Amino acid sequence: MDLFGSFALLLAFVCAVYAIGVGIAAILSRRPLLNKSARQAGMAVCVLITLAMGSLVYLFLTDNFSLAYVVGHSNRDLPTFYKFAALWSGQEGSLLFWSWLLSIYVFSVLYSYRAKHPELMPYVGVVLASVQLFFLILNVFIASPFKVLGALGPGGAMQVITQADGKGLTPLLQYPEMVIHPPMLYSGYTGFTIPFAFALAALLGRYPGEKWIHVTRKWTMIAWCFQSAGILLGAHWAYAVLGWGGYWAWDPVENASLMPWLTGTAFLHSVMMQEKRGMLRVWNVWLVFSTFLLCILGTFLTRSGVVSSVHAFAQSNIGPWFVGFLGLIVAVCILAFLKNRDYLRSDNQLDSMVSRESSFLFNNLILLVACVAVLSGTLFPVLSEWVQGTKISVGAPFFNKVNIPIGLFLLFLTGVGPLLAWRKTSAESLRRNFGWSLLGGLAAGAIAYPLGFRDFYALVCLILSVFVTLTIAAEFFRGARVIRARAGLNFFSAVGHLTMRNTRRYGGYVVHFGMVLIFIGLAGTAFNQDKQMEMAPGSKMEIGAYTLVCQTFTSRPEQNYTAERATIEALRNGQQVMMLYPERRFYPANEQSGTMVAIYSTLKEDLYVVYAGRSPETQQPVIHVYLNPLVKWIWLGGAIVVLGTILALLPNRQAVLVMRAATQPVSAAPAPQPVSATLRSYEGHD
Amino acid sequence: MKKQTKFVVGALIIIVSLGWLAWVGAKESKTYYHTIAELSTPKGAEARHRMRVGGTVRAGSIARYTGRVDFVIEGEGKSLPVSYTGSDPLPDTFVDNSQALVEGRLATNGTFVADKVQAKCASKYEAAPGQQKKDYENPGYSNKKS
Repeated sequence: MDLFGSFALLLAFVCAVYAIGVGIAAILSRRPLLNKSARQAGMAVCVLITLAMGSLVYLFLTDNFSLAYVVGHSNRDLPTFYKFAALWSGQEGSLLFWSWLLSIYVFSVLYSYRAKHPELMPYVGVVLASVQLFFLILNVFIASPFKVLGALGPGGAMQVITQADGKGLTPLLQYPEMVIHPPMLYSGYTGFTIPFAFALAALLGRYPGEKWIHVTRKWTMIAWCFQSAGILLGAHWAYAVLGWGGYWAWDPVENASLMPWLTGTAFLHSVMMQEKRGMLRVWNVWLVFSTFLLCILGTFLTRSGVVSSVHAFAQSNIGPWFVGFLGLIVAVCILAFLKNRDYLRSDNQLDSMVSRESSFLFNNLILLVACVAVLSGTLFPVLSEWVQGTKISVGAPFFNKVNIPIGLFLLFLTGVGPLLAWRKTSAESLRRNFGWSLLGGLAAGAIAYPLGFRDFYALVCLILSVFVTLTIAAEFFRGARVIRARAGLNFFSAVGHLTMRNTRRYGGYVVHFGMVLIFIGLAGTAFNQDKQMEMAPGSKMEIGAYTLVCQTFTSRPEQNYTAERATIEALRNGQQVMMLYPERRFYPANEQSGTMVAIYSTLKEDLYVVYAGRSPETQQPVIHVYLNPLVKWIWLGGAIVVLGTILALLPNRQAVLVMRAATQPVSAAPAPQPVSATLRSYEGHD
Repeated sequence: MKKQTKFVVGALIIIVSLGWLAWVGAKESKTYYHTIAELSTPKGAEARHRMRVGGTVRAGSIARYTGRVDFVIEGEGKSLPVSYTGSDPLPDTFVDNSQALVEGRLATNGTFVADKVQAKCASKYEAAPGQQKKDYENPGYSNKKS
C-alpha cells in the first residue's frame, strides 16, 4: 500500500507538470484540444492524490507499523476516529492533506468552469497546477508520508522493519474537535488559492470586464467561511483542551491563521467597490495576492521554526522551500502587475467622506493595519534581530492594545457602512437610518454603566453592539414590513422571503450580526475571574455566584489512557446545577498527559474547572477555577457567521409574487405579470 | 481632489494613533531572548529587563512547592535555576528533559523568576526509531504516585 501511495503521488506530480506545460502551449497556440488535455490532466491530479490519501488512511487503519509516519502518530489502542486525526497530525501527513484539499478545489473549479470563460480558464489552470506542483514536490521528494522504516540486514542490504506498536498520537490532539478543526482551517488556507489563481490569470490574460471578480468573490467567500470556522474551532479547542482558561493567546500559529482572514475580509468588502463603481482594481488584485501569500507565509512560519510557538510543528528542513516559493510568487505577481498595470485603471474617484465608498476604504484601511500589526508582532523577534541584533518578542499587550480599538472601529463601521448611500449620504438620511439605533445603543450604555460596566472598551463594545444589532434589525424590519403588507405573509415568512430574494445583502447582515455576538463574547474577557485551591473531599470554594464542593477523586484506566478525575458539585446560590468531572489523563504510549477541562457553560458565563494536579505535600487535588463571562456568545456568533456566509452564497430566489407587488399599487388586484428585467438588477449589496 | 486629501488625513490620523498604541504595547510587553550562557555573565541593564530563555529541563530537578515550582534548565553546557511563580498550571508537556521556554526576570540571587513557562516535547515524536527509548518518568504532578 505504501508503494501504491508513493506511485500515485509520483504520477500526480507528472500530471501536474503536464498540465502546466500543455496549459502554456494551449495559451500560446489557442488550440482548444490542448486546453482540454491540460484541464483533464489537472483533474487527474485530484484523482491520484485521492488514491494516495486513501492508501495512507488504509495504512493507518490497518496499523501498518513499518511506515515511519504511522509509527510516529498512531498506536494500536488509538480509537479509529482519532486515526483520521493522526493523518494530519504530523508534517508529512498534513502536507499531503493540504495537497489533497487543494486538488479537490482545483478539480471543482476546472470541472464547473469547463465550458465558461474560454479565454480565462487556461491561465487559471496553469496557475493552479503550478501551486499544486509545489506541494507535490514536497509530498514526493521532501516530506513523503510513505517512507518505510529500514535497517541494515545481515547481508548488508536494507530491510523493511516493522515495529510492534506505534508511538501514539499526542494527547492534546485526542479531542473530537481536532478531527474537524484542521480540515476546516486547511480548507480555508487552500481555498484562497482559487481567488489567487483567478486574479493572477485575469491580470496575465488581460481578461476584459468584471466577470472574473464575481467568480473570485464567490470562491473567496467559500474559503473565508472555512477559515472563519477553522479559526473559531481552533480557539474552542484551545479553550477546552489546553486548560489555561483562554481561547486566544496571539501565538504565531493563531496569528498565521488570522492574517489571511483579515485580508480576505478586506477583499470581500472592497470587491463591491469594483463591482459597483469600477474602483480599487489595483488594490483588490493585491489584496487577493497578499491573502494567498499570507497563507503560504503562515505555513512557513509555523513549520520552519523561524518564530517559536507553543503548538508549532517540529523544526524541519522544508523552510527554504517555502521561502523560495514565496519569493517566486512575489516575483510573478510584481512582474504581472508591472506589465499589465494599465489594465487595472480605475473608473471613478471618491465623491464624499460620508459615503459607502469611504466606509469601505476605512474598513479596508483598518483591516490592513490590523494585519500589519499582527504580522509585525509575530515577526518581531526576526525583525529586531535584523535591526538591533537582539531577539525581542512582544506579547499579548502589544496585540491587544492595537487590535481592540481596531475591532471596535470595525464594529462601528459594521453598523454604519451598509446603510450609507453610494457616492454621498445626506444628513437627513443619516438621521433617519441611524437616529433610533444610536439612541438605543447609548441608552444601553447608560443602563449598563451603573450596573458595573466600568471597563471603557467593554462599555464602548456594548454600546456599539446594541447599535449595530438595532441597525440590522431595522433593515430586516423595514424590508419585511413592505413584503408583509403586500403579500399578506406573516412577519417571519416575510423575513425569509426578503432574505432569499437578496441573499447576498441579507446574508451579509446575518454575518454582521454573528460578528456582533462574537464581539460581545470577546468583551466578556474584561470581567474574567479565576481562583486556585487545594481541595480535599468535602471542602468548598466560592467564585462569583457559584460554590464548588469536592466530592471525590478517583483514578481509573481507559482504552488508551489512565484518568485521574475529581468529582465536583457546582451550586449556584445554594442550588445544585451540575456535577463536574475535571480530568487529567496519562497516555502510556507516549508517556504524556492531557487535561480534560470541565465546563459548565451558560449564556451568562462559563464555569471552567481544571484539575491542575495533586499537591506535592498533601496529595490532595489542586483545582483551578475560572469564571469567564459570555464566552458562549463567541461560539454562537461563529455559527451564525458561517450560516450567514452560506446564505450569502445561495442564489437569489426569484420571488415572482413580491416583484409583481413591487410594481403595482397595494390595492391592485393580483394579476399574473412577467418578472421585469430591471428588478433583477436589484441583486447585490446596495 | 479635496475629498481625497480629507481621506488621506483621516487615514493618517488612524495610522498614527494606532502606531502610537502599538509602540506603547510593544514597550510594555517586549521580552528579550537570551541563551543560558549569556545569562551567566549579565551586563547591567540587560539583567533587569524581561527575558525569555530556553533550555532543556534537567531530569529530576522539578520540585513542586505550594505557589511555586522550582527546576533547572540546561543548554550549551550551562544551567540556570528557575522558580516558576505564575498562576496558570504548568503545561502537560512540561516534564523532565522537555524543551522549556521560560519568561520572567532574573532575581539578584541568580535565580530566574518566571511567570510563564512553555514546554514542548515535539522533538520526541520526530526522533528516529531506536532513539526514543529514554526514561521519561513523572510526566506531571498527577503521576507522582509516591
